Formats: sequence, C-alpha cells, structure tokens
Amino acid sequence: MNNATISTESPKTGGLDTVKRTLGELDWRRYVIYIGFVVVFIFFAVLLRDQGFLSPINLLNIFRQTATITIIAVGMTYVIACAEIDLSVGSTAGLSSVCTAMALSQWGIVPGILAGLAVGLVVGSINGALVSLLGIPSFLVTLGMLGIAVGVAQWITASAPQPILNDTFNMLFGSGNFGPVPGLIVWSAIFVAVGAVVLSRTKFGRQVLATGGNRTAADFTGINTKRIKFQVLLISGMVASVAGMLYAGRLESGRFQWGAGDELSAIAAVILGGTSLFGGAGSVVGTLFGALLIGLINNGLILAGLDSSQQQVVRGAIIILAVALARKK
Amino acid sequence: MNTREPAVEMRSISKGFNGVPVLNEVDFEVRAGEVHALAGGNGAGKSTLMKILQGVYQTDSGSILVGGKPVEITSIQDAKAAGIGMVFQEFSLVPSLTVAQNIFLGAEPQGRSGLIDDREAVRRAREVFTEMEVEVDPRAHVSKLGTAYWQLTEIAKALAQNARVLIMDEPTASLARHETEALFDLVARLKNRGISIIYISHRMDEVYRIADRITILRDGRRLLTEPLSNVTPEQIVEGIVGKKIEGQLTYQQRERDPSSASPVLEARGLTCGKRVRDVSFTLHAGEILGLAGLMGSGRTELARVLFGIDSLESGEILIRGQKAVITSPRRAIDAGLALIPEDRRDQGLVLDHSVRDNLLLPLLDNIKRGPLLDARAGRTLSSSLIKKFAVKVAHPNKPVRLLSGGNQQKVVLAKWLGTEPDVLILDEPTAGVDIGTKSEILDMIRELANAGKAVIVISSEYPELLAVSDRVLILRDGSITRELKRSEIADEESLQLAVQGV
Repeated sequence: MNNATISTESPKTGGLDTVKRTLGELDWRRYVIYIGFVVVFIFFAVLLRDQGFLSPINLLNIFRQTATITIIAVGMTYVIACAEIDLSVGSTAGLSSVCTAMALSQWGIVPGILAGLAVGLVVGSINGALVSLLGIPSFLVTLGMLGIAVGVAQWITASAPQPILNDTFNMLFGSGNFGPVPGLIVWSAIFVAVGAVVLSRTKFGRQVLATGGNRTAADFTGINTKRIKFQVLLISGMVASVAGMLYAGRLESGRFQWGAGDELSAIAAVILGGTSLFGGAGSVVGTLFGALLIGLINNGLILAGLDSSQQQVVRGAIIILAVALARKK
Repeated sequence: MNTREPAVEMRSISKGFNGVPVLNEVDFEVRAGEVHALAGGNGAGKSTLMKILQGVYQTDSGSILVGGKPVEITSIQDAKAAGIGMVFQEFSLVPSLTVAQNIFLGAEPQGRSGLIDDREAVRRAREVFTEMEVEVDPRAHVSKLGTAYWQLTEIAKALAQNARVLIMDEPTASLARHETEALFDLVARLKNRGISIIYISHRMDEVYRIADRITILRDGRRLLTEPLSNVTPEQIVEGIVGKKIEGQLTYQQRERDPSSASPVLEARGLTCGKRVRDVSFTLHAGEILGLAGLMGSGRTELARVLFGIDSLESGEILIRGQKAVITSPRRAIDAGLALIPEDRRDQGLVLDHSVRDNLLLPLLDNIKRGPLLDARAGRTLSSSLIKKFAVKVAHPNKPVRLLSGGNQQKVVLAKWLGTEPDVLILDEPTAGVDIGTKSEILDMIRELANAGKAVIVISSEYPELLAVSDRVLILRDGSITRELKRSEIADEESLQLAVQGV
C-alpha cells in the first residue's frame, strides 16, 4: 500500500503528467477559502458593478473595516490551532480601548499605549494561567473573562464614552495613513506577516501545532505543553488589546462596546481560513482571507441594499456553506 | 470440522485506492465454528479485506456470501445485520457509559412506554456474559475496568447483536498472560457454539494454539489457505515476509561483555506510587537491558519515572555518575534519554501531521537558522532519517496516519534516534507490528547497542526479550524480584517461570 516509488518516478513521463498529477493530488478543500473568496468577489463585481463595488475607495474600505477583525483573528488562529478557544477577545479590545483613552487623557500618549497593552497582558495571563495551570477548559475561562472584561470597562467609565483628543495617537492607531496606505491596512499587514511566519516557520509555531494535534505526544516529545497553552492565550489577549487601541484611534474614543461580538467574527474567520477547530492545523494567511471574505460579504450586502436583518441571514448561510465545503471527507 | 458449511465466503475480492490495487481477486472462506487465522505483512491487505467484510470499504469487484446466500455489505449496519461482528484493536467503547449501556448502544431495549429500559439491558447483558461463562458486572462503568474487561464487553456487544462471525484483530496485544489464557478458553467455547472467528495475529504460538486453518496474504493476493497441521511456522513466516529470515529471534552473542563497560544510567531506590517501589539497577554503555513482568507489574510506570513524566517520591537517578534531576521529559531529553512510548498513536505521533513534521518535532533546534526554521534543512534531515530507517512512505508530506503500524513505529524510532540519545527506553517496541518489520526493529536495537547506546527494552513478548536482552530484570508489583543474565535463562519457558514467580 505504501509504495515507496510514487515520489520518485522517472522524469521521462514529462512535464504535462507532472502537472496533471499535481492537480489530481491537490487537496482543493484546503484552498476552498481562496476559491470562495474569488467566487464571491466576482459575483459581487458583476452584480454590483453600478453600485461602485470595484471602486478603489470601496475596496480600501473593505480592508479597513476588516482590519481589527483580521488582527484579532491572527491571535485566535494560534489559540484554535492549539485546540483552545478565546471568547474574551472582543471585550478585551473594549477594555483596552477604555483604559488607553483614560490613561492617555491623564498622562499622555506613551502611558496610554502601555495601559492598553497592560490590559492584554493581564487578561491573557489570567486566561493562560487558569487554563494551563488549573486545567480549566478555555471555553469556560474565557467565557467568564468575556463578562469580567466588559463589566470592568463599563464600570470604570460609568458607561460613558472616553474621548481621545491626542491627534498623534489617533493618526497612529487607525485614523491616519502611512504614505498612501491607510494605517489600518499597514497594521493588519504587519500582524498577518509576523503571525504567518511565526506559525509556519518557527519552533514555537511548530510546537503550537503539535500541542494542538496531540497533546500527549507533544508532552512525550519534551514540549512544555502547559507553557505553550499559556503563551497562545497570552498572545491572543495582547493582540486583542492592540485591536482595541485601533478601535480607539479610528473612532477617537474608548468605549466598552468596541469589539463587542468580535470573538464570533474572528472565530468564523479562523475556521473559514482552514484552521481546524480541533487543533493541530492552522494557517494565518487563510485567516486573513477568511476575515476578508466576511468583510466582502458585509460590504456587498450593504451595497446590494439588504437591510441589516437580511444581511445577518445571508452572512450566516454563507459561513455555514463555506465551512461545510471545507470540511474533511 | 472440514465437513461444515462455510459461514462466510468472500469470492475474488478486488479493491484499489486511487488506482493503486490493494487486493487482487482474493478468495477467503470461513467455516461455521472455525477459528481461521489471517496473516500477512505490512500492506498485504489484511485490514482492507476485513474492512470490506465489516462494510467500512466497498469492494470494487467480487462477491460476499453469508451462510451460502449472497449479501450486499455497504455499511457497518449491513455487516451487523449479516451477523458479522468486530472486536476492535482500538476498543470502540464509550468509557463514560456502563458495560450494559455499551453492549446495547444503538439497539437499546425499550419498555412499553418507548423509553430505554436499562434494567432489561442489564438483565440481557448478564445473560450474554453467563453464556460466555465470564464474570463482568454489567452495571460497572467501562472507564473503571481494565483492558481485558473492555475486550469481553466488545465480544459481548457483538454476541448480543447475534454475530455469527467475529473478527478479532490482535486481541491479545494488551493482555497479560493469564488474561490471554482466559480469552483462549472463551474462543474455544464460542467455537463450540458454532461461532466462527477470524483471528488476526502476529504471534505464531497463538495462531498454532487456537486456529484451525490459516490464510496468508501477500501483496494483496492470497498465498495459501491451509489447515495449520499442514504448515510449519517457518513456512508461515516465509510466506509473510517473502524471504527466509533466520536468527532474527535468537540471541546473538555480543563481541564483548557490555556489563564491563562504564555505567551510563544508575537508578537508586526509585519509588513512585504503588507501581514503582524501591527500584535500583545499573545500565552500561552498549548494553540491552530487558524489563519483564506481567501487566501492572510497573514496567511502563518505571519508564515514565525515568523519563520524567511522573515525578519521583524518593530515590535518585545518576547519569554517567552525576546526579540528574529529571522532572520533565524536556530534562530527560537534555540528560540524553529518549522514550519510545507504548502507545505510538496516542503518545508517539501527531497522526494528522506529516511524516516529516513528526520526525522533526524533537529536532527543531537542529534546523534553526536564526529565529526561523530552515525548510530545506528540515527536508534533508527528514529524508535522511526516512532512508536510514527504511520507512516506507509515499511522500514525507503525507500524514503519518496513512502509514501501516510497522512504519508508524519506525517513524517514532527515527524521530527519537535523530536526537542521538545515550539511553534509549523502548516500551513494547514491536506491538502490533508484522514479523518482517519486527525483525528490522530488533536489528536496529542491536545496532544501536553495538554503537555504544544503552538500551532498555520493555516487552511482554518473551521471545523478543530473549532475542535482544543481555540482561533481564523481572518486575513484580513494582519491585525488581530477580535479575538474570542472558546466559542464565535457558529458554522462553524459564523466563516465563521467573516472571510468574514460581
């Protein structure tokens, strides 16, 4: 059954056969997100050509609107590939936006940024410690943390928005451009690039996948799987806090509602992108396209004139369809 | 016996996957009340043939007859309806349910109200166990029972569904000696009741003891079907491997006595729970030390303690005369140890990951360039390991799940030997591996020892222990009861007696 000669066929068979064989062996399910992305894009491009779907401004808008979800989803990719889940990312972003805004108005820009990062550090560390040291399922830990973080954010602000008047911060985090490129796009590009390289090309990334794929085997291999579980939740919390600052910068204020519900969009983006919900396999680039597909659908449905209730129905159906297509045989 | 009518006939079964033929017009027939052994090497097609009979795969051509009537088996349900039951190698029970609930899973007895009648299930389960003449409490939770009981529950499950043909795949792999005896008695009773058993095993002595006939597959074809009285063990082995292997299972005298070499590992008074109690021994460079004992004697637990998975309550481990603090597998690896775990699928491999990724997992530091992993170095390293250990693999990128048991074991071995350990601990290195691969693995162990590595081999197969060990420690209830030099052990029987403690 395991024929050793398959991979070492003689070169005589020629290039065409190689191409055919490669295509035949190609596991299209792994690429369903890219195929889906192209199909949906073409569909909207044709259907909505008169509504300005293809205009550069609209396309940039799609990127901009999905930037925060993309960034949160990069962190989420690590968590899910490690066979854990983080439901607290949305409210962590909200709490981070609030803390940044409050510290910023008191002490200036650098303490503001540090306060935002500190939120991610604290939330991520608590999540990670409870999951890895006490062995509580991450679903429960982060479900609890979801409530705690949003509650704290609402409490310390008495539910009031916290305006940010510091232009440098607002320009840097979301409102401004780097040269011709919108800042949010640069931010998400950095997170995706670093996230993709670390997951696929470093020892840490490999250990995350091995821990998610078979924790016992990883333990026997000498991988400190407790530390890995801690680290992925810490990463997720830190990344979410940066996303929160991007909300704060773009909307020039900190509010506890920022990021509400983002955990579900991020999980959808990660799963659409081909990361296994059971851990062991993950792709950050896939996650980017998962997030972009969701953004694309949102944008297209708005341009098509569907109201928000209809948008939700169509979006849900498309996500189920895509995941159904991408599932393993 | 020979006059009995066939219970199951498979006629010229062919099956291919992605255009690669796996079975080629195989005929297979089992008579009522017969124990029929099925043998063959890695990839010979045994498991594919059995999966066709169970309805997991569909045959490309050929036909299946049950009790003389042609049947269509396209699903596991069809197979069950036709009276074919399987005792799974990896048990298919739900641990959180009771024995009775497992036996009637999916076919629960219902009361008049339409609700499940658990009391009736317990009563009927008890009936089945009475017929089997074994004692199992149907109300016990499966998770609380030992492997031998799991197997009995599996058999009861099949019988409760009126199975006439039972497929047993390596049923003794996880049983201790006395449990194996009990299983053989049960097989004999089932046979008397007219139930046919297809018995897949790599253990020749078992096959001779309980089987009436044997069918050998090689490369997807049937090589022979004969009563066992007509074939010799050498013929069977030759049939499976395709070539004569000699001396693989006999001890080869070492050139020089390894016990005179310097000690690499010293254990002093190791204690951990009930299964490791005051264990002391010394292991020398180039020496192969066998650990023998019944199931539950603490063999695996000792390995876990040495490798830092379970922590010591008292005692110390010395590596090359230096006290070593081994509190985690990481520390153990750093101290030069490697453990080939007992359960390769659960503990040794990430099944969905590629052969290459599995091989490289403990070696990531070797292929780092700066903070990144060097993909090319990884490819070169994994290819050299695959070549060195003769792993049969279509492509290193393919998931390790697709390999046969023997090749999976080779991947685990290769993965660890890549770390160049000084001390290698192998827990049941040839469990579920065909005899060809087994002799390759034993040869590998000998080569490693000759290269100066210290090796500990844990095995419940005495011929295997005797084939490689220079010294054997006998464990009983967590303590070492005897230490025997290889020259002090005359044959398998005397080792068995030593293990049994008589």
